[in-house]
Amino acid sequence: MTTPADRHLLAMHRSEAAVSVELQTEDMVLNIGPQHPSTHGVLRLVATVAGERVRSVQPVMGYMHRGYEKLAEVRTYAQITALVNRIDWVSGFANEIPFIVAAERLMGVEAPERAQCIRLILTEMFRISNHLIFLCSFPAELGAPTPLMYALRERERVLDLIEGVTGGRFHPNFNRIGGVKPAAGGGSTQRTRAQDLPKGFIEGTRRAMTAVRHVCDDLENLVLGNEIVQQRTIGIGVLPADKAVEYAMSGPNLRASGVPFDLRKVEDYLPYDRFDFDVVTMPNGDNYDRCRVRLEEIRQSARIIEQAVDSLPGGPLQAKVPRVIKVPKGECYVRAENPKGEMGYHIVSGGGRRPYRVKIRSASFCNLQVLPWLLEGALIPDVIAILGSLDFVLGDVDR
Amino acid sequence: MSIPRSSSGKRLRSVVPGWGLFKGMWLTFRTFLRKPVTVMYPVEKEIPPERARGVIALDVEACTVCMLCARECPDWCIYIEGHKVQQPPAEPGGRARTRSVLDRFDIDFALCMFCGICVEVCPFDALFWSPEYEYSAESLADLLHGKERLTQWLATVPEPPALEGSEPEGGEP
Amino acid sequence: MSLLDNVWVVLAVKLGLAVVILFALALVVMFAELKVSAHMQHRIGPYFAGGRWGWAQVFAEALKFLQKEDLIPRDADAPVFRLAPMVSLLGTFAVIVIIPLSPVLVAGDLDVGIFYALAAGSVSTIALLMAGWSSGNKYSLIGGLRAGAQLIAYELPLVLAVVGVVIQAGTMSMVGITEAQAQPLFHIGSVGISLPYALQGQIIGFVIFMIAALAELVRIPFDMPIAESELVMGYLTEYSGIRFTMFLLGEYAGMLAMSAIASVLFLGGYHFWGLNADWFGPFVLIGKSLILVFVMIWFRWTWPRLREDQLQSLAWRWLVPLALANIAVTATLKVVL
Repeated sequence: MTTPADRHLLAMHRSEAAVSVELQTEDMVLNIGPQHPSTHGVLRLVATVAGERVRSVQPVMGYMHRGYEKLAEVRTYAQITALVNRIDWVSGFANEIPFIVAAERLMGVEAPERAQCIRLILTEMFRISNHLIFLCSFPAELGAPTPLMYALRERERVLDLIEGVTGGRFHPNFNRIGGVKPAAGGGSTQRTRAQDLPKGFIEGTRRAMTAVRHVCDDLENLVLGNEIVQQRTIGIGVLPADKAVEYAMSGPNLRASGVPFDLRKVEDYLPYDRFDFDVVTMPNGDNYDRCRVRLEEIRQSARIIEQAVDSLPGGPLQAKVPRVIKVPKGECYVRAENPKGEMGYHIVSGGGRRPYRVKIRSASFCNLQVLPWLLEGALIPDVIAILGSLDFVLGDVDR
Repeated sequence: MSIPRSSSGKRLRSVVPGWGLFKGMWLTFRTFLRKPVTVMYPVEKEIPPERARGVIALDVEACTVCMLCARECPDWCIYIEGHKVQQPPAEPGGRARTRSVLDRFDIDFALCMFCGICVEVCPFDALFWSPEYEYSAESLADLLHGKERLTQWLATVPEPPALEGSEPEGGEP
Repeated sequence: MSLLDNVWVVLAVKLGLAVVILFALALVVMFAELKVSAHMQHRIGPYFAGGRWGWAQVFAEALKFLQKEDLIPRDADAPVFRLAPMVSLLGTFAVIVIIPLSPVLVAGDLDVGIFYALAAGSVSTIALLMAGWSSGNKYSLIGGLRAGAQLIAYELPLVLAVVGVVIQAGTMSMVGITEAQAQPLFHIGSVGISLPYALQGQIIGFVIFMIAALAELVRIPFDMPIAESELVMGYLTEYSGIRFTMFLLGEYAGMLAMSAIASVLFLGGYHFWGLNADWFGPFVLIGKSLILVFVMIWFRWTWPRLREDQLQSLAWRWLVPLALANIAVTATLKVVL
């Protein structure tokens, strides 16, 4: 995969190397992070740079390790649901899904149809919210602060809807084993009643989806159609399909390299097979395509949500589960298409109220493995752009 | 399952090079002329939805000091103390009853992660979510609120919202 | 013998006036940036400070900066570090004093006016290099070096773009250039129509000048020396308090100075059709400058930044050849006509 641009860069690299022998220049070690405006938290990159060109990069992670896997061992399933929201805080609800589904599978219960559809709608809403965050932070890293406000403006509509249903904007904590959250107050009289969608939700959703599509068009004009953005992103940070697979990339980053792999089509953790949507892929695997994939995925998610609210099945929201939830002995791995990629929970249950062990496979952590390979030979501005295009959250990396 | 490939990966090239720059400028200029969406917070306020998890309100009358909420709290931020009092028997000649009286019910909102498990597990409907959110304090210690304060918030608890499709022909299936 | 006959008193008054006007206008530009950026982002921006429209926001912010500790890093080259912001401001002030506000209000009409303005304007390059180098910070160093490379690269197109105007006007005096643009170009009936140079065939020169000016001012899309998302704050990283304020003020005053020069050279200076230059001159010139400033702010809040190598290739492969062609054509036409 050597494009003319690559060859040009290689030639530049060699000529610089030749010069540095003559002038006896020295490489500089530049600490990008853990406190840096565009490392999305506390990622640290130890970069060896020759002038502006990066010779090698060593990512250092773990500044934000909060020990979720250990915490999960001393908490009940309901408490873990509240915890896992915080792993990837930009898409809290999507974190709950694989955990809850794994626990349900171990218990042999299945949430009723309506509950599953509500889960699906909220997951897609969080996908939209997550991708809108990407579309605001990525141009900001390229130096354009305005798309940020436009994307956040529309994300607010989505968050308002989520808040109306779940009561939380970032941390919905809405899933329960066998269904969704019981009604507030939870007293003996209301125990069996689960929280349904509030009135006006469906109408509000339709309006919000229209607004989201509209802002997608706007962002396409403002960001993707902008020649400066194209200069900065096309052909930069190219991740070929074979490398992407080798490095276990997942989610939009993988699809931007042209691999049509989407767990929503592969797994059956939520009833996605009922809805008509496309797996968005882009051929080139560069920054531009990674940005583009997410923009298109917002449109696809809007499409799924619109179909889902149109055909929302009736019925109960909660399957019959015991009052004290004990998960039978056994183990189970469930993975789901998180907005950032594949997220999976491997639950080992000893048969009690608390899991024996929970292993969390988070998307951002695995997606960051590619950094040393991808950043080698890049320029400092491109390092930031590539970093931004991978769309990670440090909470998801360090857990 | 077949996986369809979707939209071609063609770039959004403008016909005239550089035209994309001006399309963006046109967009920002149009926005410049529109009315801003900002809600000027202390002057105007957004009304949170009924289910918003703002603060936990306590109904002291309903609480039986069963400690379930304190036990289920994932970060153990509820502190409850109570004592038992002997009450005269309900009918003359019957057994004397004991009743639990709540002495202390503190929630440390500096620790609370607003998961709502306590509200959910309460078997006597003593805890409620209120959308009230303006209770910030200048030090962490000031975020520990006792039962008096929690009871005050009870007045701000709204009725649960009407549900989608609650009436027979609500339009939505 | 009146006081005004003393050359030093007159000089002091003129300088004082220029500095006051510049400061006041720089604050206006700062406020405009806050407000315009806010509305372009669908926000309101400053609102509460000072009542209506939050007009006192800039003063509040200046006051805040003044209260802050003036930190100098241990590894910094302290004297250079201290000097850099002043040098940056000095360059801008040196430019602004020679801008003619009206036929009367001229602090000094030099024969080599535009030459002087461009030369004095480049002083800020040194300031940025000084700031970047003395901070003792790797990010500052990279920022300072980027600034050096960038400002040197764009000095050339800036000067070359001006040369076209100088050829056309036949003078380097700012007043002379302004007056040359007021000459009637052709007559409709008995009314003489004059056109600014931007409409007299110097439109390419104008565009090149504005692009180069943006690069000189280190504004988006050419703000790589600061590049907040990459280099934290570039050469400004270690600055705080009053020194940071001076850089900030220098940036906005510089925007104003560059816009004023562009207005004089390409947009007819203090002349506007049908307005008496003696009375309305200052308002016309400031109005034109503010429009250009608005366009700069508009760019800033719409576009992302380029990369350093792309900026260099833009300068050397496009702007310099274009500017040279512009000079050639202008000179040819001047000789032929």
